[in-house]
Amino acid sequence: MSAAQPPPRIHYLNVSYGIRSWLVTTDHKRIAWLYLLSITFFFVIGGLFAVFMRLELLTPEGDLVQADTYNKLFTLHGVTMVFFFLIPSIPAVLGNFLVPIMIGARDLAFPRLNLASWYIYTLGGAFTLAAAAAGGVDTGWTFYTPYSSIYSNTHVALTVVGIFITGFSSILTGLNFIVTIHKMRAPGMTWFRLPLFIWAHYATSIIFVLGTPVLAITLVLVALERLFHLGIFDPALGGDPILFQHLFWFYSHPAVYIMILPAMGVVSELIACFSRKRIFGYDFVAFASLAIAVIGFLVWGHHMFVSGQSVYASMVFSILSFLVAIPSAIKVFNWTATLYKGSVSYDAPMLYALGFIGLFTIGGLTGLFLATLGIDVHVHDTYFVIAHFHYIMVGGAVMGYLGGIHFWWPKMTGRTYPEGWARLAALIVFIGFNLTFFPQFLLGYLGMPRRYHAYPPEFQVLNVMSTAGASILGTGYVIPLIYLIWSLRYGAVAGANPWLAKGLEWQTSSPPPTDNFEITPLVTEEAYAYADAEGENDLPLRKPVDV
Amino acid sequence: MSETSTLIAHQFDDAEQQRESSTLGMWIFLATEVMFFGGIFLGYIVYRSQYPIAFAAASNRLDIWLGLINTAVLICSSFTMVLAVYNAAAAQRRALQTNLLLTIVLGCVFLSIKLYEYHMKFEENLVPGASFAFPAPLAPAAEIFFSFYFAMTGMHAVHMVIGIGLLGGLLFRAGRGWYSPEYFTPVELVGLYWHFVDIVWIFLFPLLYLVGRHL
Amino acid sequence: MWQNLPLLPEQASTIAPRVDALFVFVLGVAVFFAGLIFVSIVYLAVKYRRRADAAAPKLIAGSLALELLWTVIPFGLTMVMFVWGALLFVEIQNPPADALEIIAVGKQWMWKMQHPDGHQEINELHVPIGRRIKLTMTSEDVIHSFFVPAFRIKMDVLPGRYTTTWFEATRPGRYRLFCAEFCGTQHSGMIGSVTVLELSEFESWLSGRAVGTSTAKMGESLFQRLGCASCHRPDGAVPAPSLVGLFGSKVALEGGRTVVADEGYIRESIIDPRAKIVAGYQPVMPTYRGLISEDGILQIIAYLKSAEQGKGEAARQ
Repeated sequence: MSAAQPPPRIHYLNVSYGIRSWLVTTDHKRIAWLYLLSITFFFVIGGLFAVFMRLELLTPEGDLVQADTYNKLFTLHGVTMVFFFLIPSIPAVLGNFLVPIMIGARDLAFPRLNLASWYIYTLGGAFTLAAAAAGGVDTGWTFYTPYSSIYSNTHVALTVVGIFITGFSSILTGLNFIVTIHKMRAPGMTWFRLPLFIWAHYATSIIFVLGTPVLAITLVLVALERLFHLGIFDPALGGDPILFQHLFWFYSHPAVYIMILPAMGVVSELIACFSRKRIFGYDFVAFASLAIAVIGFLVWGHHMFVSGQSVYASMVFSILSFLVAIPSAIKVFNWTATLYKGSVSYDAPMLYALGFIGLFTIGGLTGLFLATLGIDVHVHDTYFVIAHFHYIMVGGAVMGYLGGIHFWWPKMTGRTYPEGWARLAALIVFIGFNLTFFPQFLLGYLGMPRRYHAYPPEFQVLNVMSTAGASILGTGYVIPLIYLIWSLRYGAVAGANPWLAKGLEWQTSSPPPTDNFEITPLVTEEAYAYADAEGENDLPLRKPVDV
Repeated sequence: MSETSTLIAHQFDDAEQQRESSTLGMWIFLATEVMFFGGIFLGYIVYRSQYPIAFAAASNRLDIWLGLINTAVLICSSFTMVLAVYNAAAAQRRALQTNLLLTIVLGCVFLSIKLYEYHMKFEENLVPGASFAFPAPLAPAAEIFFSFYFAMTGMHAVHMVIGIGLLGGLLFRAGRGWYSPEYFTPVELVGLYWHFVDIVWIFLFPLLYLVGRHL
Repeated sequence: MWQNLPLLPEQASTIAPRVDALFVFVLGVAVFFAGLIFVSIVYLAVKYRRRADAAAPKLIAGSLALELLWTVIPFGLTMVMFVWGALLFVEIQNPPADALEIIAVGKQWMWKMQHPDGHQEINELHVPIGRRIKLTMTSEDVIHSFFVPAFRIKMDVLPGRYTTTWFEATRPGRYRLFCAEFCGTQHSGMIGSVTVLELSEFESWLSGRAVGTSTAKMGESLFQRLGCASCHRPDGAVPAPSLVGLFGSKVALEGGRTVVADEGYIRESIIDPRAKIVAGYQPVMPTYRGLISEDGILQIIAYLKSAEQGKGEAARQ
């Protein structure tokens, strides 16, 4: 009997075609793709700046580029990576895609605001690219005054205006997430049935909303000082450069938790799925996210221990900085304990998650050195700090991002990626990363300051190791770029739940329909309700037992 | 119930969820504004405690009467805004339009007075920068005062302009019959924003105009 | 013992071995926990790998006992780190009273040092071994940072303010001095060295260089030349506060406050005389902003600190 071809299933990707349908979309899933393209673009740009920096640092002399050029390279590397890649990355791509679906909603609370967020991000990015094209900026991404407000001859105002504009994208995204999570959960989705990914994004959104405005006003003041010669931070007028540092770090420290919390949320999802087990200590992990967000607002002065800040203030910031490490440690222990009596598989997302735990642990532990006042005096503003934050941001956040992209790729695209290549790339990234950044801890303790275009010859061996590692790391990033694009056309078609994972996103088709679900889900299970020892989860409302 | 009286966006299940979400959204936005202005208020407080004499001398150069008038104008505009919200809830369309218009007019009066004050400061060489002139020993710190004066009142004025724009949008839609007792959330929320901008001025006025002032 | 390891810089100050000891402690804790996590993950991920014959995963929620354990132990260890680090920090940040005072002025892109006897050095600092050295530092332009890895000291150098750091060198040698706060084009060129000499060598180095006047004497001549002496007289003929014995004393201000007359107070009084008025005096002192350099201010401070000030004042009467 001849079977008529069933009409192709309509989902969010094929419901309409044409670039216009993408540029005026209010579908959170399409907006996630817009962000994915933008942040990938900025990741490549920021990465290219890093390539030139590491090439220059192969030799002690400043012989590849001029000093001013090098200073612009490290500034633009920091600005693009922090503001235009890391801060949006997981929330704007994975968060936008998944937050509504994971809670059973049709979209975010404010879809048009969501689209506006992307346009604002893009506008800010355009300003900053214009500044780079016009000659760049050389103040460091930290814009310390009075160098940035008075002495620098580069495009400071243009750059800070770009970052200021992009900040609104963060604020509106955070606002959107908070309202969505509060008001739009599906029936039965109580707070403690939420996936930990949602808890992580909720905590992140609190920081987005409360921290970013302070950066905004700080950058406004710097821009006003440069454009209209208002002497707010000018020491010749009695202005206080330390005030700038307080205002700047009040945002920029919580910003680092913006960068890591979403990755921790991803890791919770991955560990649970690939151990086929509920995350150990769910409540503790959820509250740890909130604790990190709150305490994270109280530690900014640890960037200023040798800035002329009072000894007592430094002590307060030091002790709080140790406290903020505790909830992160709690998460690491809980993730590890989840593996116990689980059923662990080594799919690429899991490799990224396990890599995250290892590298984040090292990064976090090296933070203890920096929180320790007596040690920080020696290692502040050296490569030790650079190694520390790259372990967290690259070894942590970027690995979390890549793990999440791989895990939800089938959901987002309806295609699977080639698993062999993915595992290889994860391994290359892990090895390349360690080769690049571990030597920098040694360089830092030996005394090599950061932001140095040329350095004394005794530091060369470690610098060469680091550059060699960077070439491996770069390769590890290029490989997924290639096969993920390849998979869009040639990857195997994915079903609704290729990982057999728990979570509402896996209850709908891959890719999902525009409104995410055919009918609004009714939630009757706890989060991560994987099979129990009897082989089935036959009491769906029963809460798991404590050991 | 007419089509236009309950416009529920597709992501919401019902009007109540929409209203609650919008309201929570506006409150969160106002929290971000508190942090935004809070940063510059903090800077002002730091410098004022460091240079009390210079700040008092500089503050004395501001026109306290214009500042007072502006304060009264803004408070009245908040009053007309409250009336407008009431009108919307009570289906009094004409009165709603009138009160929105009054709020806009009062806002424009505020901005005009502010503009005049800026002009005066320019004439008196009190704009920070190359032309700034102030009795010598206090001059640098006084210049910092005026930097904060222009930055703070300038940011406030930008927020007023945005608010007037929003009110204009409300006025337009009120004319088209968009608002009813079942749906007047936008009027409420713009009202919240307008009150917030008013409160910022209530803080700005004493901090900037009344330093060391004895009547 | 640690000197032979290429992983630590030389220990050339009294504080360096103590910083390294704390570092080793934190390193030990870090290595222990990193190792614990790594080994646990590898062990658990292998032991509980997915196999057809393996038991189904167990429905475990958590364990309050474990949560408390791995909260309290890290908390305890971090508090040890905090206390140890804080105590060391207080020592690092507080120069001892009997230190030899040296002035360091940072500017784009060089360091200017001045010894008390007037010797000036550019990008170099010669010091004797075994003597406590206190650096009073300021910047003429942007923020710099004075960093000597071998001494384990670092302190930002700020425009419009003074910061201090101190050290006591324990090994002769030449040690790198870096600027550790990004300051513009030649930030990585703003390097120099601190040369530690045995005391006899240091003295012969000092006497080998021609020098005119001590820093304090330079300050005294500035004090005369800029007209300070015409108002600040011990005989009270002109209503200006006497500066004899001022440095380090408590000053009562108009409005009831008291401040300690430290370097920062003196600098402020020269640049912004109206900021703090001494009780019982009128705000009539003119400002010297733009009329005196940072070096000059530091020289006047040295003069006010010195015994010569008392002698000079008495001689003029």
